[in-house]
Amino acid sequence: MSDFKRIIAKRKRQDFIFNIVGIVCTLIGILTLGALLVDLFLDGLPRLNLGFFTHFPSRFAEQAGILSSWVGTLLIMLVTAATAVPLGVAAGVYLEEYARKNWLTNLIEINIANLAGVPSIVYGLMALGLLVYQFRLGQSILTGGLTLAFLILPIVIVATREALRTIPQGIREAAYALGSTKWQVVRHHLLPYSIGGTMTGIIIALSRAIGETAPLITIGALTFIAFLPPPPIKSQAPFVSFEWLWSPFSVLPIQMFNWVSRPDQAFVVNAAGAGLVLILITLSLNAAAIVIRYRVRKRIKW
Amino acid sequence: MKDIPDLQHPVAAAAEQSPSPPPPDTRPAAARRLSRVKERIIEALLLLAAFSSVAITVGIVGTLAYESSTFFAHVPLKDFLTDTLWTPLFASPRFGILPLVMGTLVTTAVALTVALPVGTIVAIYLSEFAPGTVREVIKPALELLSAVPTVVYGYFALQFMSPLLQKLIPGLPTFNMLSAGVVMGIMIIPYVSSLSEDAMRAVPMSLREGAYALGANRIITALKVVYPSAFSGIVASYILAISRAIGETMIVAIAARMPPNLTADPSEPAATITAFIVQVSLGDLPHGSIGYQSIFAAGITLFIMTLIFNILGYMLRKRFREVY
Repeated sequence: MSDFKRIIAKRKRQDFIFNIVGIVCTLIGILTLGALLVDLFLDGLPRLNLGFFTHFPSRFAEQAGILSSWVGTLLIMLVTAATAVPLGVAAGVYLEEYARKNWLTNLIEINIANLAGVPSIVYGLMALGLLVYQFRLGQSILTGGLTLAFLILPIVIVATREALRTIPQGIREAAYALGSTKWQVVRHHLLPYSIGGTMTGIIIALSRAIGETAPLITIGALTFIAFLPPPPIKSQAPFVSFEWLWSPFSVLPIQMFNWVSRPDQAFVVNAAGAGLVLILITLSLNAAAIVIRYRVRKRIKW
Repeated sequence: MKDIPDLQHPVAAAAEQSPSPPPPDTRPAAARRLSRVKERIIEALLLLAAFSSVAITVGIVGTLAYESSTFFAHVPLKDFLTDTLWTPLFASPRFGILPLVMGTLVTTAVALTVALPVGTIVAIYLSEFAPGTVREVIKPALELLSAVPTVVYGYFALQFMSPLLQKLIPGLPTFNMLSAGVVMGIMIIPYVSSLSEDAMRAVPMSLREGAYALGANRIITALKVVYPSAFSGIVASYILAISRAIGETMIVAIAARMPPNLTADPSEPAATITAFIVQVSLGDLPHGSIGYQSIFAAGITLFIMTLIFNILGYMLRKRFREVY
C-alpha cells in the first residue's frame, strides 16, 4: 500500500514539476517582450520630443528626426490599404461564396497557402525586377505600397474568408428566399455582418506591413531623405494631385535600420526613438484588433 | 465553398423545390436580363481578384527565374553550388552560395534550438495544464511577440542580447549569429506554441480520459497520448517555424552582419542569404550588373529552400485536418 502511495506522490510531483517548467517557458516569451519594451523606452523616450517628429534626418544625431520617414510610412500604407483591402476582400468573397470545387479553386487555395509562407524579401526581389524595371514604376511610393499590398494580400483573404464562414447559412437562405441575387446577398448581408472579423484581419495585416523593412530596402527605398513628397492637394484645378505616388521615399523601419547600423551611440539612441514610435504604432493596432474582435464576438448572437 | 445550390436565378429554383408558388417576378424582361448580366460581371471581377494571388506567384517565380537565368549564363551552376567563396562585388568575383547557405542554416539552427523546445512546452502547458482564464490571457500576449517589427528585434539582438551573451561567453564579438538566432527563436515561439496548442486541443477528450483511467498523470497523458495524436499538426507548426527562420531578414542583417563566412560556429559573425540581399540592395546597384543578378540568384535559392518546407507543411496540415 505504501508502494502505491509512493507512486501517486511521484506522479503528482512530476505534474507539479512540469507545471513549473511550463510557466517558466511561457515567461521566457513574456519577459522578453517586457525587456524589449523597457529597453526601448529607457533608450528612446528621452528622444521623443516635437523636434524628433518635425525634423528631417541629419548628419548630427541631436538634430535628426523622423519627419520624412513617418510621412513615407503613412503614404505607403495608404497605397497598400487601397490595393490590398478591395482585392483581398473580393478574393475572399469569391473563394468563400462563389467558387465551385474545381481545379482552378484548388489551385488558388494552394497558391494562397504557399504565398503566406514566402519570405518577405522575396516579394521585394519580385517588385524590384517586375515593378521597378519591367513596369518602370521606379523606386517610388507606388512601388513600395504595391509591394507591401502583395505581401499582406494572403492575410486579408484568409481573414475575410474566416469572417464569412462564421455567418450562419440561414442568413443566406433567408435572403435568397426573398428573391435576392447572389451579389445582393453578399452586398447587403454578408459583407456588413462579417465586417468585424474582416476589419480585425485588415488591421493586423497593416500592422505587419508597417513593420516590414526588407522588401522596401530591396526595391531601393532611400535611407536618407531630406524632402517631403509633393502635397496631394494643389491650389489650382483639379486640386488633387497624385504626383506623390512617384516620389522616392523612406519609412520608419528603414530609418531605424539606418541609425542602428551606425557605430556612433548618439544615432543608436535615435534608432531607439524610432523603434519606440514603431512599436507603439504596431502594438496599438494589435490592441485595436483585439478590442474589435472581442466586441464583435459579444455583440453578435445569431 | 458553401452548399448553396448553384443557381442562375434563385426564384426559379425555389419554384422547383417548394410546394407553394413563388412570388411572380413583375419586373420587365429587360430589367431582369440587365440584373443577370450585372451578376455575371460582378462574379467575373471577383474571380479576377482571387486570381490576382496566382498572378503574384507567377510574378515571383517568373522574375526570379528570368533574372537569375542571366546570372547562371555567367556562372556555371557547379561553381555556384560548390565554390566556398561568395564575393560577387569584388574585382575578381567568386560565386559560391555555400557560405550564405551556411549562415542561414546556422542562424536557423540556433533559432530552432530555442523555439522548438520552448514553444512545445508552452503549447503543452497551455493546452493541458493552464486554467482557461490563464490561457485566454497568455495566448494573445504571446502572439504579440510575432507582431513586433523585426527591425526592432534586430535592435534588441544587437543592443541587449549581444551584450548579455558577451557577459556569459567572454570573447564573443559584438556581431554574432548566436544573439541573432536566439532573438529570432524567441520571435517564432508563438508560431510554434499557438499552432501546436490548436492541434493538441483538437485531440478528443476521450483519448485523455482513457489515459487517466489507466492511471496516467497529466504529463504522461500529454507526452504519450496527446502529443503523438497531434503530431502532424505539431510538425506543421515546426515547419512553419523553420520556414520563418530561413526567411527572416532584418534581425540577421543587423546583428549577425557581414561578410559571408563559411563557418558552423554560431559565435562568429556571418551573412545569411537574406542579409546579403539587404546589404547589396543598400548600395547603388546598376540594373543588369552581375551584382544585381547575384541577389536574384541568392533569392531563388532562398525561395526554393522555403518552398520545400511550405509544401511539406501544407501536406501535413491537410493530413492533420482529416484525422478527426
